[in-house]
Amino acid sequence: MNQYPLWKYLIILAVILPGLLYAVPNLYGEDPGVQITGVRAFKVDEYVLSRMEKALNEGGVRWQKASLDASGVRLRFADTETQLKAKDLLQRELGDNFTVALNLMPATPDWLTSIGGVPMYLGLDLRGGVHFLMEVDVQGALTRAEDRYVADLRSSLREAKVRYLTVRRVPTGGIEIKFRDNDQRESGRGTIDRELPELQLKDEDRQGKPILLATIRPQQFEEIKKFALDQNMTALRNRVDELGVAEPVVQQQGDRRIVVQLPGVQDTAKAKEILGRTATLEVMMVDEEHDLQSAQKTSVPPGSKLFRQRRGGQILLQKRVIYSGDNVVDAAAGIDNQTGGPVVYITLDARGAAINQRITGKNIGKRMAVVYIEIKSETKRDADGTPVLDEQGNEVKVKRRIEEVITAPVVRDQLGKRFQIEGLDSIREAQDLALLLRAGALAAPIEIIEERTVGPSLGKDNIDKGFRSVLIGFVLVLIFMVVYYRLFGAVACGALMINLVLIVAVLSLFQATLTLPGVAGIVLTVGMAVDANVLIFERIREEIRNGNTPQASIHVGYDRALSTIVDANVTTLIAAIVLFNFGTGPIKGFAITLSIGIVTSMFTAILGTRGVINLIYGGRRVQRLSI
Amino acid sequence: MEILHKQTEFKFMALRRVAVVVSAVIIVVGIVSLGVRGLNFGIDFTGGTLVEVSYDESVRIEAVRDTLKKADFDDALVQYFGTSRDIMVRLPARQDDTGAKLSSGLMEALRKPYNETLAQSRKGAAQQCVTGASTGAIDCRVQMRRVEFVGPQVGKELTEKGGLAMIYALIGILMYVAWRFEWRFAIGSVVALVHDVLVTVGLFSLLHLEFSLPVLAAILAVIGYSLNDTIVVFDRVRENFRKMRRGNVTEIMDRSINQTLPRTLLTSLTTLLVLLALFILGGEVIHGFATALIIGVIIGTYSSIFVASPVVLALGVTREDMMPVKKEGADQDRVAP
Repeated sequence: MNQYPLWKYLIILAVILPGLLYAVPNLYGEDPGVQITGVRAFKVDEYVLSRMEKALNEGGVRWQKASLDASGVRLRFADTETQLKAKDLLQRELGDNFTVALNLMPATPDWLTSIGGVPMYLGLDLRGGVHFLMEVDVQGALTRAEDRYVADLRSSLREAKVRYLTVRRVPTGGIEIKFRDNDQRESGRGTIDRELPELQLKDEDRQGKPILLATIRPQQFEEIKKFALDQNMTALRNRVDELGVAEPVVQQQGDRRIVVQLPGVQDTAKAKEILGRTATLEVMMVDEEHDLQSAQKTSVPPGSKLFRQRRGGQILLQKRVIYSGDNVVDAAAGIDNQTGGPVVYITLDARGAAINQRITGKNIGKRMAVVYIEIKSETKRDADGTPVLDEQGNEVKVKRRIEEVITAPVVRDQLGKRFQIEGLDSIREAQDLALLLRAGALAAPIEIIEERTVGPSLGKDNIDKGFRSVLIGFVLVLIFMVVYYRLFGAVACGALMINLVLIVAVLSLFQATLTLPGVAGIVLTVGMAVDANVLIFERIREEIRNGNTPQASIHVGYDRALSTIVDANVTTLIAAIVLFNFGTGPIKGFAITLSIGIVTSMFTAILGTRGVINLIYGGRRVQRLSI
Repeated sequence: MEILHKQTEFKFMALRRVAVVVSAVIIVVGIVSLGVRGLNFGIDFTGGTLVEVSYDESVRIEAVRDTLKKADFDDALVQYFGTSRDIMVRLPARQDDTGAKLSSGLMEALRKPYNETLAQSRKGAAQQCVTGASTGAIDCRVQMRRVEFVGPQVGKELTEKGGLAMIYALIGILMYVAWRFEWRFAIGSVVALVHDVLVTVGLFSLLHLEFSLPVLAAILAVIGYSLNDTIVVFDRVRENFRKMRRGNVTEIMDRSINQTLPRTLLTSLTTLLVLLALFILGGEVIHGFATALIIGVIIGTYSSIFVASPVVLALGVTREDMMPVKKEGADQDRVAP
């Protein structure tokens, strides 16, 4: 009696061994490292790697190993001094197109990393850092879209030679188009339905005049909302890159919010300034009358200016701005139906379209350049490239206007509201260009609605205190169990320890964020995990009191307690799941560890302890139980 | 070792009228306090700004208050946080859109008397403190520990979502218990849970403890915990209804509660042990959370004995209700078509 078949032990081992394995990465410390990621369209590739290698070797810096992945490359160093030196060297070598951020990297051995073994992902309340919740002003985006439609409506009606009295945006929403009589309204309706199908029309009469009330269709409204959000996300990502933070998070939350997390950042004022900045686009004509070489060598002709090209080299542009990013409504990558080549589709607003039509009509066969403009603050460096320091030993920061020609295609036709840029090398390049064009366009207003910053000292305190309370609570429960239930208690303690290991393993494996409330959740599970064992052991004692044999008592005790344990845990799990769905960051962390703890504790407390108890007492005559 | 060596025979059900009075008094006092004093909502719910700073030596609250007043933070609430070196400053939500700028301004104002600013440093890449005396110290004398800013719209949403979460949790539990047991048991357990929530929230109002987001999480955890206790008792009640041939409903309930009593006390004890560790060692931030859980665990243990079962009893449960349902026609002979 009370013997487990081999396969049950195998199942227990099959859970515990991987559990131990995936919990192990948390035991290794962290190495100082440097993380290099490309800014905007720049990617770290083999060529960049070789440049880095050369710079480091020339500087006499020894680096341990590099891991290259989609996000960039990470280098490790023996100590922080080498790390800082390497950062300087690399930043100088790679320039503005790459972010070089200091980072702490888990010192997990390669064989563990290769099977997915990584340490737990600590939340900002444990690591220190800034958390922003930003809200995109959807109403603002809608208002702006309606303003654009007002201009679009006017030009469409005018082109179709439909006479109207006024077109204006109604403050309460919608656009009002006033006509002289019903005939005009009917022809107006025909034109609008044909030209601007994304508008919904409704007849109204005001002050005896026929009116069409145009509203944006819900489907189109969703598009506008999505676009505003995407655009802001892209812009924020670009700027976060510039902050030089390792492992930043820019994530969508709901349909109008964006979460930005910057681990290790303390100076929130600067972070806010950078995040709040906008980049813009300007479109200019390429100066083809003057020679580029002579402009570079001697003097730039008046009315023109030299610009840096993103792909390298320089280009001479006419200074006059044709239209700017404010006029770009949308930019999307796609495949051209006829040629099958990658293209970027651009949509302009009415004003941009009118200008575009006029200028391109006159300049077919000439080149038009798109310039990306952003104000960056960066470290001032002297001629050798070493940072300039002020009296306090701090780097001096200067503001610089970054102007870069991202593309300069040839105008093949007269262009209007919608046009496409061709001649791109790959779909990837098209996507990057679309991203840049969108990031440059004026985004819907964005506002910080929540900020949570935890200083590094508090983060460390939280880890220490959290760890200490888990440890003390754990030891108290262990002592209590052994004193109260003797051998059975000791077995339960073993199960509790395995339970803790399993929680850590699951958290590490799924990279769920561990927050301070999450630690509290672990503490609570420790307290509640013994409940299952208490239930079983009390039942066994009861059976013994009722005169059952020890073996039968064990059997009945486990059997009877099972349904109670399941019922009790399922209901707690219901509460935990509700918490998870309702909660934001910290509360979610609590719900996650609580849920994981409930599931793992059921496994260790029922299957695990039974296995050990069976090994000890199973299959032999037993006079007394040590319970 | 055993706490209760013999099978106890307490007449819990006989005490149910006393329990009703005790619970009613606590709840009424709590509700009156909620009506009169309200809850001391944290900024998670009200919106506003909170800054926690740590000084390198003790500071006088009045000095900090003066500093802030000079910087036009007239509505700032200043208090010690744990020690006399740690200060917490709270600002109510403001209508104007200064929003997140407030927190930066607040830190700046607090650093001003010390002539300190934060700057990007060469060493360590993080920030370095720059003082007027140009010592270039790495640590500021005023250290930012934590900044929280919650916009009023977020706070409002949280309050709504928090209430909804509570209701969803209760409905989920009601359905599960009704499915596994019987509707009277479901109502009994939910009444006990509502009781626990009311008492805990009432106590928070009465003691004027801060009601923050973690406290709300703790209360939801209490729901889960208290239910745990109740289910264990109900499980035994169901078993005894089927097993015990003699005895009326009251006797069966008493017997079941007595049988599960050692477990109820033990589990509460181990949970409380751990929670006390958290309360004492977990630090200020987790204090409210631990307090709510400790109150909740004690109340939950009480309610699973004195509230849940009496309610089921009062709803008139009978032995027949708990018998396994026979399948209709299962005992009939199969008739060939």
